[in-house]
Amino acid sequence: MLLQVERVAGFYGDFQALFDVSVQVAEGETVAIIGANGAGKSTLLKTVAGLMARTTGTVAFDGRPLDGMPTHRRLGLGIAMVPEGRRIFPSLTVEENLLVGAHRLRPGPWSVRRVLELFPALADKRGRPGSRLSGGEQQMLAIGRALMANPRLLLLDEVSLGLAPVVVRRIYETLPEVVGNGATVVLVEQDIGQALRAADRAYCLLEGRVALHGPSGGLTRQQITDAYFGMRSA
Amino acid sequence: MTWVNDVVQGLLLGGLYALFATGLSLMFGVMRLVNLAHGDLSIVAAFVALAIVDAVPVNPLWTVLVVVPLMFGVGYLLQRGMLNFTLRGGDPLPPVLVTFGLSIILQNLLLEVFSADSQGLDAGRIEDASIRISDRLAVGWFPLLTLVVGIAVLAGLQLVISRTRLGRAFRATSDDQETANLVGIDDRNVYAVATGIALATVAIAGIFLGIRTTFTPSVGPTRLIFAFEAVVIGGLGSIWGTLVGGLVLGVAQTLGAQVSPGWGVLAGHLVFLAVLAFRPTGLLGRTVPA
Repeated sequence: MLLQVERVAGFYGDFQALFDVSVQVAEGETVAIIGANGAGKSTLLKTVAGLMARTTGTVAFDGRPLDGMPTHRRLGLGIAMVPEGRRIFPSLTVEENLLVGAHRLRPGPWSVRRVLELFPALADKRGRPGSRLSGGEQQMLAIGRALMANPRLLLLDEVSLGLAPVVVRRIYETLPEVVGNGATVVLVEQDIGQALRAADRAYCLLEGRVALHGPSGGLTRQQITDAYFGMRSA
Repeated sequence: MTWVNDVVQGLLLGGLYALFATGLSLMFGVMRLVNLAHGDLSIVAAFVALAIVDAVPVNPLWTVLVVVPLMFGVGYLLQRGMLNFTLRGGDPLPPVLVTFGLSIILQNLLLEVFSADSQGLDAGRIEDASIRISDRLAVGWFPLLTLVVGIAVLAGLQLVISRTRLGRAFRATSDDQETANLVGIDDRNVYAVATGIALATVAIAGIFLGIRTTFTPSVGPTRLIFAFEAVVIGGLGSIWGTLVGGLVLGVAQTLGAQVSPGWGVLAGHLVFLAVLAFRPTGLLGRTVPA
């Protein structure tokens, strides 16, 4: 297993957002985390990336426990995250946003040239400030920035949020090439149809707990609806 | 025609102010930290240079080679070991209180070690050599050197910030610290390097001050105020603005002193207040996009 999340709980102050969550992801897989708003999806990704101040349980990457390891060192191991809301650095140009993604100089297939080939929409805007892009272009840039670290594990948080369906489709079309270049992907997605199409397996979170998991093709619509809204099937 | 001379002398004095303001501007730009011990640290550098000159008979200008790397190290450790802890939680008050305390501690330590006597660094002939341009106008070699060094330091820093991996890390961390962590930047280290560079420039400023004029353990806060005014006049977070701010402050003080000797410093303060009132982003400051 590339990523092993064992019985993790996560807290924001006194508020508990995750309860006893266990997730396994094998190398080369694409796994979707779905669930309603506030189910703990993003919290789970943040826990893996090391952005949560208070967690219990263990997260192991490639067999190595990450307890207490700061975010920037997790990137050094190959865990890159595309944060919710893109979080493009506004005072850096498009090209600089990509270059800063390679801050740790991890060797691998991705370079500025390769990322611009993957997202041609960014190519003629490389000198522009990152803040002066459309939402879809910012999302591409955020993904490109994460790829520049040549990640082994790529965490995608709410890629489709606020984007036109055609843009979302175009971004998801690039996913096979990302996986083909050696990244294992864990994606958090509101759009269940999109998530299940893109992923090999899916976990459905409900109020901070895993309510359902299985191969994307093997989950019925009824099962997902029940897990999503917390209804017990008879 | 004396005003031409005053403006020229003011610009030269402004070179020293710009040199003082560089580190303050850098630290504020990278981590929103206002270092109230800034002026005192420059006086520490001047006293260290004095101690070196007392021990080894060299021109104080050469002490730059030792004091600058030393102050870089002091800055790195100061940030890593203390100031980083004050930045947690984003409250602007803890760093202000801690550096205020540091300022008092440094002044008293200097008083204890070096006494309250006025000191100066003797750089020899360069101190009063000048280039005669006309009957009314002469440019001192040393003030000219100060201005040139000030511009060189600021230009070098601008180059680092705009062109290098370190500069990108500075800007990215300043934009969004959490996302900077996500791309693998260790913010604690970035902040420590920024403070190291800031104190390296402060060391140059302190030594040049010590050669230009006399200093005592208690003059740090005045230096801080001038540096602070230069940064605000020029515009927070703008490197070239810091140079402009220093020059404007220098010219204002020299012209003010021409009206009446007591009015020099006051004129500088008035320009500072006018900028705050009418152009709070500073002369070259950009309004920060949301």
